[in-house]
Amino acid sequence: MNVFNVGRGAARNLLPPAVTLAIILLGWEAYSRLVLDAIPGGSRLLPAPTAVIASLVTNANDLAVNTWQTVVETVIGLALALVVGFGFALVIDLSPLMRRAIYPLLVVSQTIPLLALAPLLVLWFGFGILPKILVVGLVCFFPIVVAGVDGFRSTDPELIRLFRTFGAGRWTIFRQVRLPGALPFLFSGIRIAVTYCVIGAVWGEYVGAQYGLGIFMQSKQHAFDVATVFACVVVISALSVALFLLTSLIERVVIPWHFRGRDRSTDSNLLV
Amino acid sequence: MLTLQSAGDLLPQALFLFGSNRMDTISKIVPIEVHVQNVSKSFPVEGGRSVQALQNLDLDVQAGSFVSILGPSGSGKSTLLGILAGLDKQDSGAVSLRTPDGSLPSSSHAAIGYMPQHDLLLPWRNALDNATVGLEVAGTARAVARARVLPLFREFGLEGFSASYPNELSGGMRQRVSFLRSAVLERGLMLLDEPFGALDALTRASMHEWLLAAAQRMGSTFILVTHDVEEAILLSDKVYILSPRPGTVVAGVDIDLPAPRSLATLEDERFAVYRRSLLDTLRATGGLVVTGARAR
Repeated sequence: MNVFNVGRGAARNLLPPAVTLAIILLGWEAYSRLVLDAIPGGSRLLPAPTAVIASLVTNANDLAVNTWQTVVETVIGLALALVVGFGFALVIDLSPLMRRAIYPLLVVSQTIPLLALAPLLVLWFGFGILPKILVVGLVCFFPIVVAGVDGFRSTDPELIRLFRTFGAGRWTIFRQVRLPGALPFLFSGIRIAVTYCVIGAVWGEYVGAQYGLGIFMQSKQHAFDVATVFACVVVISALSVALFLLTSLIERVVIPWHFRGRDRSTDSNLLV
Repeated sequence: MLTLQSAGDLLPQALFLFGSNRMDTISKIVPIEVHVQNVSKSFPVEGGRSVQALQNLDLDVQAGSFVSILGPSGSGKSTLLGILAGLDKQDSGAVSLRTPDGSLPSSSHAAIGYMPQHDLLLPWRNALDNATVGLEVAGTARAVARARVLPLFREFGLEGFSASYPNELSGGMRQRVSFLRSAVLERGLMLLDEPFGALDALTRASMHEWLLAAAQRMGSTFILVTHDVEEAILLSDKVYILSPRPGTVVAGVDIDLPAPRSLATLEDERFAVYRRSLLDTLRATGGLVVTGARAR
Protein backbone atom coordinates (compact mmCIF):
# COMPACT_ATOMS: atom_id res chain seq x y z
CA MET A 1 0.00 0.00 0.00
CA ASN A 2 2.74 2.44 0.85
CA VAL A 3 5.33 1.31 -1.64
CA PHE A 4 4.88 4.65 -3.37
CA ASN A 5 5.22 6.51 -0.11
CA VAL A 6 8.56 4.79 0.27
CA GLY A 7 9.65 6.35 -3.02
CA ARG A 8 8.41 9.77 -2.03
CA GLY A 9 9.92 9.54 1.45
CA ALA A 10 13.20 8.29 0.01
CA ALA A 11 13.31 11.22 -2.43
CA ARG A 12 12.78 13.64 0.42
CA ASN A 13 15.41 11.93 2.53
CA LEU A 14 17.88 11.47 -0.31
CA LEU A 15 17.98 15.05 -1.54
CA PRO A 16 20.13 16.60 1.23
CA PRO A 17 22.88 13.94 1.12
CA ALA A 18 22.81 14.07 -2.69
CA VAL A 19 23.49 17.79 -2.59
CA THR A 20 26.32 17.28 -0.10
CA LEU A 21 27.80 14.58 -2.32
CA ALA A 22 27.57 16.80 -5.39
CA ILE A 23 29.43 19.57 -3.59
CA ILE A 24 32.18 17.17 -2.50
CA LEU A 25 32.52 15.77 -6.03
CA LEU A 26 32.69 19.22 -7.57
CA GLY A 27 35.41 20.25 -5.13
CA TRP A 28 37.29 17.06 -5.84
CA GLU A 29 37.02 17.61 -9.59
CA ALA A 30 38.27 21.19 -9.28
CA TYR A 31 41.14 20.14 -7.02
CA SER A 32 42.13 17.39 -9.44
CA ARG A 33 42.07 19.65 -12.48
CA LEU A 34 43.60 22.75 -10.97
CA VAL A 35 46.14 21.32 -8.53
CA LEU A 36 46.88 17.64 -9.22
CA ASP A 37 47.19 18.04 -12.99
CA ALA A 38 50.07 20.41 -12.34
CA ILE A 39 52.01 17.67 -10.51
CA PRO A 40 53.48 14.90 -12.73
CA GLY A 41 51.44 11.72 -12.16
CA GLY A 42 49.30 13.51 -9.59
CA SER A 43 45.93 12.97 -11.23
CA ARG A 44 46.88 9.34 -11.80
CA LEU A 45 47.17 8.75 -8.06
CA LEU A 46 43.93 10.59 -7.30
CA PRO A 47 41.86 10.62 -10.49
CA ALA A 48 39.06 13.14 -10.88
CA PRO A 49 35.43 11.94 -10.58
CA THR A 50 35.04 12.36 -14.34
CA ALA A 51 38.02 10.04 -14.87
CA VAL A 52 36.32 7.46 -12.62
CA ILE A 53 33.15 7.75 -14.70
CA ALA A 54 35.19 7.34 -17.88
CA SER A 55 36.72 4.20 -16.39
CA LEU A 56 33.26 2.90 -15.49
CA VAL A 57 32.31 3.21 -19.15
CA THR A 58 35.48 1.77 -20.70
CA ASN A 59 35.57 -1.15 -18.25
CA ALA A 60 31.83 -1.77 -18.38
CA ASN A 61 32.18 -5.33 -19.69
CA ASP A 62 34.83 -6.43 -17.21
CA LEU A 63 32.96 -4.74 -14.39
CA ALA A 64 29.72 -6.48 -15.35
CA VAL A 65 31.29 -9.95 -15.38
CA ASN A 66 33.04 -9.43 -12.06
CA THR A 67 30.03 -7.73 -10.46
CA TRP A 68 27.82 -10.66 -11.39
CA GLN A 69 30.24 -13.06 -9.68
CA THR A 70 30.24 -10.91 -6.53
CA VAL A 71 26.45 -10.62 -6.54
CA VAL A 72 26.07 -14.39 -6.77
CA GLU A 73 28.45 -14.92 -3.85
CA THR A 74 26.73 -12.22 -1.82
CA VAL A 75 23.21 -13.50 -2.36
CA ILE A 76 24.06 -17.14 -1.64
CA GLY A 77 26.11 -16.14 1.41
CA LEU A 78 23.31 -13.94 2.70
CA ALA A 79 20.73 -16.67 2.17
CA LEU A 80 22.98 -19.09 4.06
CA ALA A 81 23.38 -16.59 6.91
CA LEU A 82 19.61 -16.10 7.03
CA VAL A 83 18.83 -19.80 7.27
CA VAL A 84 21.60 -20.65 9.74
CA GLY A 85 21.15 -17.43 11.73
CA PHE A 86 17.41 -17.96 12.09
CA GLY A 87 18.05 -21.57 13.04
CA PHE A 88 20.51 -20.54 15.73
CA ALA A 89 18.07 -17.92 17.04
CA LEU A 90 15.41 -20.63 17.31
CA VAL A 91 17.72 -23.02 19.14
CA ILE A 92 18.95 -20.31 21.53
CA ASP A 93 15.32 -19.39 22.18
CA LEU A 94 14.44 -22.98 23.11
CA SER A 95 15.69 -22.78 26.66
CA PRO A 96 17.73 -20.59 29.00
CA LEU A 97 20.30 -23.38 29.10
CA MET A 98 20.73 -23.28 25.32
CA ARG A 99 21.08 -19.54 25.53
CA ARG A 100 23.80 -19.78 28.14
CA ALA A 101 25.53 -22.56 26.22
CA ILE A 102 25.59 -20.91 22.80
CA TYR A 103 25.25 -17.14 23.05
CA PRO A 104 28.63 -16.33 24.68
CA LEU A 105 30.43 -18.50 22.13
CA LEU A 106 28.73 -16.60 19.33
CA VAL A 107 29.98 -13.33 20.74
CA VAL A 108 33.51 -14.76 21.03
CA SER A 109 33.29 -16.02 17.44
CA GLN A 110 32.83 -12.43 16.33
CA THR A 111 36.19 -11.49 17.80
CA ILE A 112 38.02 -13.83 15.41
CA PRO A 113 39.40 -11.50 12.73
CA LEU A 114 38.02 -12.45 9.33
CA LEU A 115 41.23 -11.03 7.93
CA ALA A 116 42.94 -14.09 9.42
CA LEU A 117 40.14 -16.51 8.68
CA ALA A 118 39.62 -15.68 5.00
CA PRO A 119 43.04 -16.97 3.84
CA LEU A 120 42.45 -20.16 5.84
CA LEU A 121 39.10 -20.65 4.14
CA VAL A 122 40.84 -20.39 0.77
CA LEU A 123 43.45 -22.86 1.98
CA TRP A 124 40.75 -25.32 3.02
CA PHE A 125 38.18 -24.85 0.28
CA GLY A 126 40.23 -23.65 -2.68
CA PHE A 127 39.80 -20.70 -5.01
CA GLY A 128 36.21 -21.46 -5.94
CA ILE A 129 33.01 -19.80 -4.81
CA LEU A 130 32.64 -21.67 -1.51
CA PRO A 131 35.13 -19.70 0.66
CA LYS A 132 33.55 -16.40 -0.49
CA ILE A 133 30.09 -17.62 0.41
CA LEU A 134 31.42 -18.66 3.79
CA VAL A 135 32.99 -15.26 4.43
CA VAL A 136 29.71 -13.51 3.53
CA GLY A 137 27.83 -15.98 5.71
CA LEU A 138 30.14 -15.43 8.68
CA VAL A 139 29.88 -11.65 8.37
CA CYS A 140 26.08 -11.62 8.07
CA PHE A 141 25.18 -14.40 10.44
CA PHE A 142 25.83 -12.64 13.73
CA PRO A 143 23.50 -9.61 13.40
CA ILE A 144 20.75 -11.95 12.23
CA VAL A 145 21.12 -14.30 15.21
CA VAL A 146 21.22 -11.43 17.70
CA ALA A 147 18.19 -9.76 16.13
CA GLY A 148 16.28 -13.04 16.02
CA VAL A 149 17.02 -13.84 19.67
CA ASP A 150 16.03 -10.33 20.75
CA GLY A 151 12.89 -10.57 18.66
CA PHE A 152 11.77 -13.83 20.23
CA ARG A 153 12.54 -12.49 23.68
CA SER A 154 10.47 -9.38 23.05
CA THR A 155 7.18 -11.27 23.31
CA ASP A 156 5.03 -9.93 26.15
CA PRO A 157 4.68 -12.83 28.63
CA GLU A 158 1.11 -11.69 29.31
CA LEU A 159 0.32 -12.26 25.66
CA ILE A 160 1.56 -15.84 25.96
CA ARG A 161 -0.60 -16.34 29.05
CA LEU A 162 -3.61 -14.94 27.23
CA PHE A 163 -3.11 -17.37 24.36
CA ARG A 164 -2.74 -20.21 26.82
CA THR A 165 -6.22 -19.37 28.12
CA PHE A 166 -7.42 -19.88 24.54
CA GLY A 167 -5.94 -23.36 24.77
CA ALA A 168 -3.04 -22.52 22.45
CA GLY A 169 -0.02 -24.83 22.51
CA ARG A 170 3.61 -23.92 22.05
CA TRP A 171 3.51 -24.12 18.27
CA THR A 172 0.35 -22.01 17.92
CA ILE A 173 1.81 -19.37 20.23
CA PHE A 174 5.00 -19.38 18.18
CA ARG A 175 3.20 -19.03 14.87
CA GLN A 176 0.52 -16.57 15.96
CA VAL A 177 2.39 -14.43 18.47
CA ARG A 178 6.12 -14.88 18.75
CA LEU A 179 7.18 -15.19 15.12
CA PRO A 180 5.21 -12.18 13.80
CA GLY A 181 6.36 -10.15 16.79
CA ALA A 182 9.99 -11.05 16.10
CA LEU A 183 9.91 -10.04 12.43
CA PRO A 184 10.58 -6.30 12.89
CA PHE A 185 13.64 -7.18 14.99
CA LEU A 186 14.75 -9.74 12.43
CA PHE A 187 14.49 -7.21 9.62
CA SER A 188 16.63 -4.75 11.58
CA GLY A 189 19.27 -7.46 11.82
CA ILE A 190 18.97 -8.26 8.14
CA ARG A 191 19.42 -4.62 7.20
CA ILE A 192 22.66 -4.48 9.20
CA ALA A 193 23.80 -7.77 7.64
CA VAL A 194 22.98 -6.52 4.15
CA THR A 195 25.21 -3.47 4.51
CA TYR A 196 28.16 -5.73 5.32
CA CYS A 197 27.58 -8.61 2.95
CA VAL A 198 29.00 -7.15 -0.28
CA ILE A 199 32.15 -6.10 1.58
CA GLY A 200 32.32 -9.68 2.88
CA ALA A 201 32.29 -11.09 -0.63
CA VAL A 202 34.92 -8.59 -1.83
CA TRP A 203 37.04 -9.54 1.14
CA GLY A 204 36.77 -13.20 0.30
CA GLU A 205 37.81 -12.48 -3.29
CA TYR A 206 40.72 -10.32 -2.22
CA VAL A 207 42.43 -13.36 -0.72
CA GLY A 208 42.26 -15.31 -3.92
CA ALA A 209 39.75 -15.71 -6.72
CA GLN A 210 39.35 -15.91 -10.45
CA TYR A 211 36.46 -13.50 -10.83
CA GLY A 212 34.80 -10.94 -8.66
CA LEU A 213 35.07 -7.25 -7.87
CA GLY A 214 37.58 -7.94 -5.11
CA ILE A 215 40.15 -9.65 -7.29
CA PHE A 216 39.45 -7.29 -10.21
CA MET A 217 40.06 -4.32 -7.95
CA GLN A 218 43.27 -5.89 -6.65
CA SER A 219 44.65 -6.50 -10.13
CA LYS A 220 43.90 -2.89 -11.11
CA GLN A 221 45.59 -1.71 -7.94
CA HIS A 222 48.71 -3.62 -8.83
CA ALA A 223 48.58 -1.99 -12.30
CA PHE A 224 48.24 1.48 -10.71
CA ASP A 225 44.93 1.92 -12.52
CA VAL A 226 43.53 3.96 -9.67
CA ALA A 227 40.57 5.25 -11.67
CA THR A 228 39.30 1.68 -12.14
CA VAL A 229 39.88 0.93 -8.47
CA PHE A 230 37.56 3.84 -7.73
CA ALA A 231 35.13 2.55 -10.32
CA CYS A 232 35.03 -0.76 -8.41
CA VAL A 233 34.42 1.12 -5.17
CA VAL A 234 31.50 2.93 -6.79
CA VAL A 235 29.98 -0.36 -7.96
CA ILE A 236 30.44 -1.98 -4.52
CA SER A 237 28.77 0.96 -2.78
CA ALA A 238 25.93 0.98 -5.29
CA LEU A 239 25.41 -2.76 -4.75
CA SER A 240 25.27 -2.35 -0.99
CA VAL A 241 22.81 0.51 -1.17
CA ALA A 242 20.66 -1.38 -3.68
CA LEU A 243 20.54 -4.44 -1.41
CA PHE A 244 19.67 -2.26 1.56
CA LEU A 245 16.83 -0.58 -0.29
CA LEU A 246 15.58 -3.94 -1.57
CA THR A 247 15.54 -5.24 2.01
CA SER A 248 13.58 -2.20 3.17
CA LEU A 249 11.10 -2.72 0.37
CA ILE A 250 10.65 -6.40 1.25
CA GLU A 251 10.17 -5.36 4.87
CA ARG A 252 7.36 -3.03 3.87
CA VAL A 253 5.67 -5.84 2.00
CA VAL A 254 6.15 -8.53 4.66
CA ILE A 255 5.34 -6.48 7.78
CA PRO A 256 3.25 -3.51 6.57
CA TRP A 257 1.63 -3.28 10.00
CA HIS A 258 4.96 -2.31 11.51
CA PHE A 259 5.00 0.92 9.48
CA ARG A 260 1.36 1.76 9.89
CA GLY A 261 0.87 5.07 11.67
CA ARG A 262 4.54 5.87 11.27
CA ASP A 263 4.51 7.04 7.68
CA ARG A 264 2.95 10.32 8.69
CA SER A 265 5.45 10.98 11.41
CA THR A 266 8.61 12.79 10.45
CA ASP A 267 11.00 10.22 11.77
CA SER A 268 14.60 10.55 10.82
CA ASN A 269 14.97 7.02 9.47
CA LEU A 270 17.60 7.37 6.81
CA LEU A 271 16.59 5.99 3.43
CA VAL A 272 13.49 4.21 4.71
CA MET B 1 -11.35 -9.47 4.34
CA LEU B 2 -12.02 -10.61 0.80
CA THR B 3 -13.31 -13.96 2.00
CA LEU B 4 -15.69 -12.30 4.35
CA GLN B 5 -17.05 -9.90 1.78
CA SER B 6 -17.66 -12.62 -0.74
CA ALA B 7 -19.28 -14.80 1.92
CA GLY B 8 -21.46 -11.85 2.84
CA ASP B 9 -22.44 -11.25 -0.77
CA LEU B 10 -23.30 -14.88 -1.32
CA LEU B 11 -25.01 -15.60 1.95
CA PRO B 12 -26.73 -12.50 3.26
CA GLN B 13 -29.44 -14.67 4.78
CA ALA B 14 -26.93 -16.82 6.57
CA LEU B 15 -25.43 -13.72 8.12
CA PHE B 16 -28.88 -12.51 9.05
CA LEU B 17 -29.59 -15.82 10.73
CA PHE B 18 -26.40 -15.54 12.70
CA GLY B 19 -27.56 -12.12 13.75
CA SER B 20 -31.03 -13.18 14.84
CA ASN B 21 -29.82 -16.28 16.61
CA ARG B 22 -27.14 -14.45 18.43
CA MET B 23 -29.17 -13.75 21.56
CA ASP B 24 -30.11 -17.42 21.83
CA THR B 25 -26.53 -18.53 21.36
CA ILE B 26 -25.27 -16.18 23.99
CA SER B 27 -28.00 -16.99 26.47
CA LYS B 28 -26.92 -20.61 26.20
CA ILE B 29 -23.73 -19.85 28.07
CA VAL B 30 -23.80 -21.96 31.19
CA PRO B 31 -22.44 -19.86 34.04
CA ILE B 32 -19.88 -21.42 36.29
CA GLU B 33 -19.69 -21.27 40.06
CA VAL B 34 -16.35 -20.92 41.74
CA HIS B 35 -15.19 -22.27 45.08
CA VAL B 36 -11.77 -21.39 46.37
CA GLN B 37 -10.75 -23.04 49.63
CA ASN B 38 -7.75 -22.27 51.73
CA VAL B 39 -5.56 -21.40 48.76
CA SER B 40 -1.97 -20.29 49.35
CA LYS B 41 0.63 -19.34 46.81
CA SER B 42 4.17 -18.07 47.11
CA PHE B 43 6.69 -16.95 44.52
CA PRO B 44 10.43 -17.37 44.68
CA VAL B 45 12.30 -14.09 44.50
CA GLU B 46 15.96 -13.28 44.19
CA GLY B 47 18.21 -14.37 47.00
CA GLY B 48 16.47 -17.71 47.50
CA ARG B 49 13.66 -16.14 49.49
CA SER B 50 10.03 -16.33 48.60
CA VAL B 51 7.11 -13.95 48.76
CA GLN B 52 3.78 -15.16 50.05
CA ALA B 53 1.26 -13.76 47.56
CA LEU B 54 -1.88 -15.49 48.84
CA GLN B 55 -2.51 -17.11 52.20
CA ASN B 56 -5.45 -19.30 53.20
CA LEU B 57 -7.78 -17.57 50.82
CA ASP B 58 -11.45 -18.60 50.70
CA LEU B 59 -13.86 -17.39 48.08
CA ASP B 60 -17.24 -18.43 46.77
CA VAL B 61 -18.78 -17.04 43.63
CA GLN B 62 -22.32 -17.91 42.64
CA ALA B 63 -23.02 -18.92 39.08
CA GLY B 64 -24.00 -15.93 36.97
CA SER B 65 -23.03 -13.33 39.54
CA PHE B 66 -20.62 -10.45 39.13
CA VAL B 67 -17.96 -10.42 41.80
CA SER B 68 -15.14 -7.96 42.32
CA ILE B 69 -11.91 -8.66 44.11
CA LEU B 70 -10.86 -5.38 45.63
CA GLY B 71 -7.49 -4.87 47.16
CA PRO B 72 -4.38 -2.71 47.22
CA SER B 73 -1.59 -3.21 44.71
CA GLY B 74 0.45 -6.28 45.53
CA SER B 75 -2.36 -8.05 47.36
CA GLY B 76 -2.17 -11.04 45.04
CA LYS B 77 -5.32 -10.21 43.05
CA SER B 78 -3.75 -11.03 39.71
CA THR B 79 -2.15 -14.14 41.21
CA LEU B 80 -5.63 -15.31 42.18
CA LEU B 81 -6.90 -14.76 38.64
CA GLY B 82 -3.92 -16.65 37.24
CA ILE B 83 -4.82 -19.61 39.44
CA LEU B 84 -8.52 -19.44 38.48
CA ALA B 85 -7.52 -19.27 34.81
CA GLY B 86 -5.46 -22.44 35.20
CA LEU B 87 -2.29 -20.56 34.26
CA ASP B 88 -0.69 -20.96 37.67
CA LYS B 89 -0.91 -23.68 40.27
CA GLN B 90 -1.62 -22.93 43.91
CA ASP B 91 0.83 -24.31 46.50
CA SER B 92 -1.99 -25.64 48.63
CA GLY B 93 -5.76 -25.49 48.88
CA ALA B 94 -8.48 -26.30 46.39
CA VAL B 95 -10.07 -24.47 43.48
CA SER B 96 -13.19 -25.84 41.90
CA LEU B 97 -15.02 -24.55 38.87
CA ARG B 98 -18.32 -26.22 38.15
CA THR B 99 -21.69 -25.61 36.63
CA PRO B 100 -24.68 -25.33 38.96
CA ASP B 101 -25.78 -28.89 38.07
CA GLY B 102 -22.43 -30.11 39.34
CA SER B 103 -20.72 -31.04 36.08
CA LEU B 104 -17.11 -30.08 35.64
CA PRO B 105 -15.63 -28.33 32.62
CA SER B 106 -13.24 -30.48 30.61
CA SER B 107 -10.38 -28.08 31.23
CA SER B 108 -9.88 -24.66 32.73
CA HIS B 109 -9.47 -23.02 29.33
CA ALA B 110 -12.75 -24.52 28.20
CA ALA B 111 -14.41 -22.80 31.15
CA ILE B 112 -12.84 -19.37 31.34
CA GLY B 113 -12.40 -16.25 29.28
CA TYR B 114 -9.57 -14.01 30.39
CA MET B 115 -9.38 -10.28 29.80
CA PRO B 116 -5.92 -8.97 30.61
CA GLN B 117 -4.89 -5.68 32.13
CA HIS B 118 -3.50 -4.40 28.85
CA ASP B 119 -5.48 -4.93 25.70
CA LEU B 120 -2.69 -7.08 24.18
CA LEU B 121 -4.05 -6.72 20.68
CA LEU B 122 -1.79 -8.05 17.93
CA PRO B 123 -0.56 -5.12 15.83
CA TRP B 124 -0.48 -7.27 12.68
CA ARG B 125 -4.18 -8.12 12.87
CA ASN B 126 -7.00 -5.66 12.30
CA ALA B 127 -9.73 -5.20 14.92
CA LEU B 128 -11.95 -7.94 13.51
CA ASP B 129 -9.13 -10.45 13.21
CA ASN B 130 -7.97 -9.60 16.71
CA ALA B 131 -11.46 -10.30 17.99
CA THR B 132 -11.56 -13.66 16.21
CA VAL B 133 -8.11 -14.88 17.19
CA GLY B 134 -9.36 -16.73 20.28
CA LEU B 135 -11.98 -18.56 18.24
CA GLU B 136 -9.38 -19.39 15.61
CA VAL B 137 -7.02 -20.82 18.20
CA ALA B 138 -9.94 -22.82 19.58
CA GLY B 139 -10.39 -24.37 16.13
CA THR B 140 -13.02 -22.22 14.40
CA ALA B 141 -12.30 -21.45 10.74
CA ARG B 142 -11.40 -17.82 10.22
CA ALA B 143 -14.26 -17.09 7.84
CA VAL B 144 -16.79 -18.60 10.24
CA ALA B 145 -15.30 -16.73 13.17
CA ARG B 146 -15.45 -13.45 11.25
CA ALA B 147 -19.07 -13.99 10.30
CA ARG B 148 -19.91 -14.64 13.92
CA VAL B 149 -17.99 -11.72 15.41
CA LEU B 150 -18.66 -8.98 12.87
CA PRO B 151 -22.33 -8.42 13.86
CA LEU B 152 -21.17 -7.91 17.44
CA PHE B 153 -19.03 -4.97 16.35
CA ARG B 154 -22.15 -2.86 16.00
CA GLU B 155 -23.40 -3.73 19.45
CA PHE B 156 -20.01 -3.05 20.98
CA GLY B 157 -19.76 0.39 19.46
CA LEU B 158 -17.08 -0.69 17.04
CA GLU B 159 -19.05 -0.47 13.81
CA GLY B 160 -16.95 0.73 10.92
CA PHE B 161 -13.71 -0.13 12.72
CA SER B 162 -13.45 -3.82 11.88
CA ALA B 163 -10.69 -3.17 9.34
CA SER B 164 -8.83 -0.70 11.57
CA TYR B 165 -5.56 -1.71 13.13
CA PRO B 166 -4.99 -1.45 16.90
CA ASN B 167 -2.90 1.72 16.65
CA GLU B 168 -5.80 3.41 14.86
CA LEU B 169 -8.25 2.68 17.71
CA SER B 170 -8.82 4.63 20.91
CA GLY B 171 -7.95 3.06 24.26
CA GLY B 172 -11.62 2.32 25.00
CA MET B 173 -12.11 0.70 21.62
CA ARG B 174 -9.04 -1.45 22.05
CA GLN B 175 -10.37 -2.66 25.40
CA ARG B 176 -13.72 -3.48 23.82
CA VAL B 177 -12.01 -5.50 21.09
CA SER B 178 -10.00 -7.21 23.81
CA PHE B 179 -13.19 -8.00 25.73
CA LEU B 180 -14.90 -9.20 22.56
CA ARG B 181 -11.98 -11.53 21.83
CA SER B 182 -12.66 -13.34 25.12
CA ALA B 183 -16.44 -12.90 25.17
CA VAL B 184 -17.03 -14.60 21.80
CA LEU B 185 -15.49 -17.74 23.26
CA GLU B 186 -18.74 -17.87 25.29
CA ARG B 187 -17.13 -19.15 28.45
CA GLY B 188 -19.06 -19.60 31.67
CA LEU B 189 -16.52 -17.64 33.71
CA MET B 190 -15.03 -14.31 32.65
CA LEU B 191 -11.91 -13.20 34.48
CA LEU B 192 -11.17 -9.49 34.15
CA ASP B 193 -7.79 -8.27 35.37
CA GLU B 194 -8.07 -4.51 35.98
CA PRO B 195 -9.12 -4.02 32.36
CA PHE B 196 -9.91 -0.32 32.71
CA GLY B 197 -6.91 0.70 34.78
CA ALA B 198 -5.14 2.38 31.88
CA LEU B 199 -8.15 4.33 30.60
CA ASP B 200 -9.02 7.95 31.34
CA ALA B 201 -11.90 8.61 33.74
CA LEU B 202 -14.52 9.48 31.12
CA THR B 203 -13.74 6.49 28.93
CA ARG B 204 -13.75 4.30 32.00
CA ALA B 205 -17.20 5.55 33.01
CA SER B 206 -18.65 4.70 29.61
CA MET B 207 -16.89 1.32 29.68
CA HIS B 208 -18.59 0.58 33.01
CA GLU B 209 -22.06 1.07 31.60
CA TRP B 210 -21.11 -0.92 28.56
CA LEU B 211 -19.71 -3.79 30.62
CA LEU B 212 -22.84 -3.89 32.81
CA ALA B 213 -24.93 -4.43 29.69
CA ALA B 214 -22.55 -6.96 28.17
CA ALA B 215 -22.34 -8.99 31.39
CA GLN B 216 -26.11 -8.97 31.73
CA ARG B 217 -26.59 -10.28 28.22
CA MET B 218 -23.92 -12.97 28.39
CA GLY B 219 -25.11 -14.41 31.68
CA SER B 220 -21.65 -15.71 32.51
CA THR B 221 -20.10 -15.45 35.93
CA PHE B 222 -17.77 -12.45 36.13
CA ILE B 223 -14.80 -11.98 38.41
CA LEU B 224 -13.23 -8.56 38.19
CA VAL B 225 -9.98 -7.64 39.85
CA THR B 226 -9.66 -3.96 40.67
CA HIS B 227 -8.30 -1.42 43.10
CA ASP B 228 -11.06 1.07 42.24
CA VAL B 229 -13.67 1.05 45.03
CA GLU B 230 -16.40 2.76 42.98
CA GLU B 231 -15.86 0.47 40.03
CA ALA B 232 -16.21 -2.53 42.32
CA ILE B 233 -19.48 -1.29 43.86
CA LEU B 234 -21.03 -0.16 40.61
CA LEU B 235 -20.44 -3.40 38.74
CA SER B 236 -20.73 -6.09 41.38
CA ASP B 237 -23.23 -8.23 43.19
CA LYS B 238 -20.55 -8.94 45.74
CA VAL B 239 -17.20 -7.39 46.59
CA TYR B 240 -14.42 -9.33 48.27
CA ILE B 241 -11.74 -7.28 49.94
CA LEU B 242 -8.22 -8.63 50.02
CA SER B 243 -5.65 -7.69 52.61
CA PRO B 244 -2.21 -6.43 51.60
CA ARG B 245 0.32 -9.18 50.95
CA PRO B 246 -0.06 -11.97 51.81
CA GLY B 247 -3.49 -11.65 50.28
CA THR B 248 -6.42 -13.15 52.05
CA VAL B 249 -10.12 -12.30 52.11
CA VAL B 250 -10.88 -9.88 54.94
CA ALA B 251 -14.50 -9.14 54.00
CA GLY B 252 -17.17 -10.13 51.54
CA VAL B 253 -19.80 -7.43 51.04
CA ASP B 254 -23.05 -8.07 49.17
CA ILE B 255 -23.94 -5.06 47.08
CA ASP B 256 -27.67 -4.63 47.07
CA LEU B 257 -28.25 -1.90 44.52
CA PRO B 258 -31.18 -1.93 42.10
CA ALA B 259 -30.80 -3.23 38.54
CA PRO B 260 -30.37 -2.08 35.86
CA ARG B 261 -27.37 -0.19 37.08
CA SER B 262 -25.91 2.76 35.27
CA LEU B 263 -23.81 5.79 36.06
CA ALA B 264 -26.91 7.16 37.83
CA THR B 265 -26.39 4.40 40.42
CA LEU B 266 -23.39 6.41 41.60
CA GLU B 267 -25.85 8.96 43.01
CA ASP B 268 -27.83 6.37 44.97
CA GLU B 269 -27.40 7.13 48.65
CA ARG B 270 -26.73 3.46 49.36
CA PHE B 271 -23.79 3.71 46.98
CA ALA B 272 -22.16 6.24 49.28
CA VAL B 273 -22.81 3.99 52.27
CA TYR B 274 -21.14 1.03 50.54
CA ARG B 275 -18.23 3.18 49.54
CA ARG B 276 -17.70 4.40 53.08
CA SER B 277 -17.95 0.89 54.47
CA LEU B 278 -15.51 -0.57 51.93
CA LEU B 279 -13.02 2.25 52.43
CA ASP B 280 -13.26 1.77 56.20
CA THR B 281 -12.55 -1.93 55.82
CA LEU B 282 -9.60 -1.23 53.54
CA ARG B 283 -8.27 1.32 55.99
CA ALA B 284 -8.68 -1.03 58.96
CA THR B 285 -6.76 -3.80 57.22
CA GLY B 286 -3.92 -1.64 56.00
CA GLY B 287 -5.07 -1.67 52.40
CA LEU B 288 -5.60 2.05 52.48
CA VAL B 289 -2.88 4.14 53.98
CA VAL B 290 -3.42 7.87 54.09
CA THR B 291 -0.20 9.70 54.64
CA GLY B 292 -0.39 13.34 53.73
CA ALA B 293 -1.02 13.78 50.03
CA ARG B 294 -0.52 10.14 49.12
CA ALA B 295 -3.72 8.18 49.28
CA ARG B 296 -4.30 4.98 47.48
